Formats: sequence, structure tokens, C-alpha cells
Amino acid sequence: MSDHNYTPKSKFGKWFNDRLPLLSLANHLTDYPTPKNLNYWWTFGGILTFCLITQIVTGLTLAMHYIAHADMAFDSVEHIMRDVNYGWLIRYIHSNGASMFFLAVYIHIFRSLFYGSYKAPREIIWILGIIIYLLMMAAAFMGYVLPWGQMSFWGATVITNLFSAIPLVGEGIVTWLWGGYSVDNPTLTRFFTLHYLIPFLILGLVVLHIWALHVPGNNNPVGIDIKKPSKDTVPFHPYIVIKDTFALLMFMIIFAFFVFYSPNVLGHADNYIEANPMVTPAHIVPEWYLLPFYAILRSVPDKLLGVIAMLSAILILAALPWLDTSKIRSAVFRPLYRQFYWILVLDVLVLGYVGAMPAEGLYLLIARVATAYYFAHFLIILPLLGFKEKTLPLPFSISDPVLGGSANLSMAKSDKKEG
Amino acid sequence: MRAFKILLITFLFFTVPLQINSAEKVELLKTDWSFKGPLGKFDRSSLQRGYQVYTEVCAACHSMKYLSYRNLMEKGGPEFSEAQAKSIAASFEVTDGPNADGEMFSRPARLSDKFPMPYPNEKAAQAANGGAYPPDMSVLAKARKGGVDYLYSVLLGYTEPPAGVTLDEGVYYNKFMYGNKIKMPKVLEDDLIEYGDGTLATEEQMAKDVVTFLMWSAEPHLEARHKMGFRAIIYLTILTILVYFSMKKIWSRVESEV
Repeated sequence: MSDHNYTPKSKFGKWFNDRLPLLSLANHLTDYPTPKNLNYWWTFGGILTFCLITQIVTGLTLAMHYIAHADMAFDSVEHIMRDVNYGWLIRYIHSNGASMFFLAVYIHIFRSLFYGSYKAPREIIWILGIIIYLLMMAAAFMGYVLPWGQMSFWGATVITNLFSAIPLVGEGIVTWLWGGYSVDNPTLTRFFTLHYLIPFLILGLVVLHIWALHVPGNNNPVGIDIKKPSKDTVPFHPYIVIKDTFALLMFMIIFAFFVFYSPNVLGHADNYIEANPMVTPAHIVPEWYLLPFYAILRSVPDKLLGVIAMLSAILILAALPWLDTSKIRSAVFRPLYRQFYWILVLDVLVLGYVGAMPAEGLYLLIARVATAYYFAHFLIILPLLGFKEKTLPLPFSISDPVLGGSANLSMAKSDKKEG
Repeated sequence: MRAFKILLITFLFFTVPLQINSAEKVELLKTDWSFKGPLGKFDRSSLQRGYQVYTEVCAACHSMKYLSYRNLMEKGGPEFSEAQAKSIAASFEVTDGPNADGEMFSRPARLSDKFPMPYPNEKAAQAANGGAYPPDMSVLAKARKGGVDYLYSVLLGYTEPPAGVTLDEGVYYNKFMYGNKIKMPKVLEDDLIEYGDGTLATEEQMAKDVVTFLMWSAEPHLEARHKMGFRAIIYLTILTILVYFSMKKIWSRVESEV
């Protein structure tokens, strides 16, 4: 971090800062130069931080009342809902908070995709983000198991069984994961432990994610580097702080609608039936935010290949900075990429939709086409597009977004070479 | 164009889950529930009648293991008076103990006691009901797709089976039950019980009252939730407006649009 010449005013502040430069850090965070043209899609970083902290605080409170035991978990959740003071509020914030967290993270990811925020020099930020996203999915999945309802139990059974697809050692791994020969109390206690651990891992990674962000600074809707720091940027405080606060409040209103007026609409009714190993639900469906990957898993006829496809669908994102060969970041200046971007958005929504449907007939066909397209987007379209696409001229700087004139055009080209 | 795309995506985001829910759904019977909507509250007398239906009809087979007699007098519920709740509790016998001699004994229930279970265990319940276990009803209103509308419809959905459908002994036909076959016989008949408040005990009335009662037992803090939600959203809206103007003011210092 580049806070070379900050000196605290007070004597004590200086003494303290020389030993632990917390004040320098605070100064860096408030003064951090931010592109002034960031739009509202850039407010989701702050929103996600809020989501993480909300989940940790409500989660800690729930853990004080929850009992991780196969015979008592369901009862303890009902105890929270009925007898713990505002237990219903804490639990509904936590359970809907998971959905809101994923809603925000998907917007955040798709913002990166649109504006090319994953490109050099921000590859590490992007990869850290993908790891955070993977951990979020693990935390959400294990959290969904904890109420020990029917979907908890059978979801856990289906997902852990995926590991049995690994040749030779698969069955052994599944038994090891379960801590027995079926999903049972040992599975629940270890899922609870991991569900408690993962958010703190995420918190650590978020610190790295922000640290890595503060090295090159934010990308921006135009996608070009800062040319005139004094004119192109504003200090993080108060400009971005107030804007993020405004966006966060709007997000909280939507959040509140779910918590107070339809707290169970995103969940599955079967999860209010206590887990019963003798009764399998008619349809075992994961939570909405995992549906696209569930669709990919089921669209491959072979179990092992299905698991590989599902994992690749996420891991392929980590290779995105190198799969996308275009030097232009923002889709604003990439007319073809822009079209493919929206097709990808639609494709993921379609995958989510068929993921919730039975894997048969037309649904299965659609799932297969959509899966094929998903991979084609990253493996074929993006690499080729970088060479074929005729991009639009870039402005010289953020503060002169006016186009036209050969000077600007030549600048745009040299900008392209620099990356 | 871009705004249109954003709109389209938003639209898809909200409609796709709705379509998922509406697929393969039989049109359920509807009635006007007082507890729906942002300021919805339970109809107090309906809850009290619903408790009467539960205890005189359903409780013979269905447990409600998460309810205690004290819940009957709590705010946002049927709100029986303390004296009423105590006398309701006292009309049930519960097993307590062991006492100083190591013996279990029966005593009248108190406010702190849970509703008694109709059967000693799940096997006994199945044996008495042709193999089917009458589900616990504490959270039933949240544990079925379609919720209260579904429960209401099933209670009123008993018909003669259509031609070609044969039913085994102890199996009944229901228009709304998943798979249309149900092991619970039709229980509600007009004037099956006599309401304490003189309301006419029609089939529909009893179904509505008992389902209202089940909704409360599944969501005992629904009224508090609605009330708090209303305040929270008004508070957030006002704060958002204030922050919006602060933002405009702060950003007016730079020549850029927010």
C-alpha cells in the first residue's frame, strides 16, 4: 500500500503508528483514489461485505441456541423460532441472508464479466473471488443441512454421494465424509463445525481480495487505466462511502421484504419435515443459487463425467483472464462480446430453470444444449473473439469520455497494446 | 436498449422461480386469509375456534409437539385469558415423575406442559392408522407446498373416486392430495362440533378455522414479524431518501453524474 507520507497529527498517534501503522491503514482506506465514473454495479462489493458480516453475526447468535445432534437439531431450530427472543428474526435473516448473499455475488461476478475486471492486472483479485465463491457454496450447502429437515438430509446424501464417482477410492471417501455408512449424526456435527469455520476463512480471503484490489485500484465502466489521477478519481471517503451506503439501503429494503413478508419463499417446504432416512422426497432440489451447476451435473449421462463437468464449470472461471484474449476490458467498447455476454446471462438463467425441473425429456435436452453453450462461451467464443472482434475506439481518459478524432483513436490503439 | 435488457433480466429473475412453483399445480381452493398481506393479523376468534376443532377432532390422531398450553395465552395467538388457558390445560392429564418413591404419576396439565401426544410412539400411531403416520401438525402449514391453501383444499377435497380408480381398504380419494390417495378419512361434516361462540360449524368454516390455527402454530410470531417488517421498511425508505440527497450534495462537488 502506498501511504508513504502519512503522519498522524497527535504525538500519541505518531508513537502508535510507528509501532503499528493502523492509522496509516485507515488513512489509506479513506483516501483511496477511486474512479469517479463507477456505476451502481460497483456497489455490490460493499453490499457483499455487509452480507458476510450479517451472516457471521446472526450465525454466531443462532449457534448459541442450536444443537448439532441428529435427534435434537430440528427441535432446536423450532425452539429458536418459538421461544428464543427474536429467534425467528435472527433465523430468517440468516436463511434469507444466504440467498441475498448469492444474489449479490452473482451480480458482482457478472459485473466483472461485463466490464472485464478480471483482466490484467487484476487476475489475482478475480481468482481470490472465485475461491471465495467456492467457499460460499460449501458454507451454504452445509448450512442448509443443519436444520435437519428432509431436504437437508437428502440434499446432503445426494451431494456427498457425488464423491463416490471417483474411481477406486470413491466409496471410501464417501464413508470417510459421512463418518459412517450413511448421512447421520457424525455428518451433522462435522458439517456444523465446517459451517462455523468457513465464514472466517471467507473473511480472511475478503481481506486479501480487497488488498489485491487496492494495488492496481478499481476497474471502471470505461475499462481504461487512470490517466490523470487528480481528475479521474475521487477519494473513497466520502464519495464512494455515501454511494455504497445508498445502494446498500436499497438492497436492505429488498432483503427486508423477504425476511418479513416471505421468509420461506426461497426455501423448500419439505425442509419443515424432520429428516427421515426411510422416506425419500419426490424431488430433491438444491437451493436456487446452486441450480445452474446442478443442471450441468445432471445433463451429463455419466456420473463421474457429470461431477467433472460441474466442477469445471466453476473452475473454468479461474482461467478466464487467459481465456479472454481481448485486451479491451469493458464490454462497452466490444460490440460482439456484449451480445455474447447477454447470451451467457440468459444461458445461466436457463440452466438455473432446468436445474429445478425433473431431468427428463425436453428439460434434459435444454440442459444439455445450455451446458454445451456454457463451456463453448469460455473455451471457444472468448478466445476467438479477442482476435476477430473490431472494438470501438477508447476515450483518452475517464474525464474525457468524448470520442471521435484520430488522436483519440491512436491513443486507443496504443492503450490496447499496453493492456 | 441497455435498460431494456436489465429489465428483461430482472423480469426473468423473478418470474422463473414463480413458474417453477406453478408447474404441475392443481388449482387450490382459495379463501380470504386474514393473516396474508403486509399488515395481516390472525382473526382471534377464528384461532380460538380453530383450537377447538383441533382439540375435538384432529388431536385424536395428530400431535402438536411444539405447542405448550402457555402458547394459547401468548400475544399474537388465540389469546385465551390466563384463566381460560389454565382451565384448558387442567382438562388434560399428563404423566409426570418420578416422584420421591420413584413412581410415575398422572396429574392435570399446567401452562408449561406441552400438548399431549395421541400415541405413545410412531409405531403405535401407524398401527392405529392403517400404516400411515398422522404427521405432527405444529409446522404443517409450512411443510407442504401450497401451505395453508393446500391444507384447506385437502380438508375439503374429498370426493368419490373417478371411474377407473380403485381404492384399497382404508384409502380415500382426495382431489388435492399429492397422488390423490389419502389414508385419512374425511373428518369434517357440517355441525360436527358445536362452536362455543355460536358460529355455524359448516365444513368450510371448520376447515378455515383449523387451518388458521395451524398457520399460527407454524408461525407463532407472524403478527410481530409483519408489524416489525412494516416499521423496518418505512424506516429504511426514509433513511434511503435522506442518504440519497446527502449523496447528491456530496457528489455535486465533482462534475460527474451519480
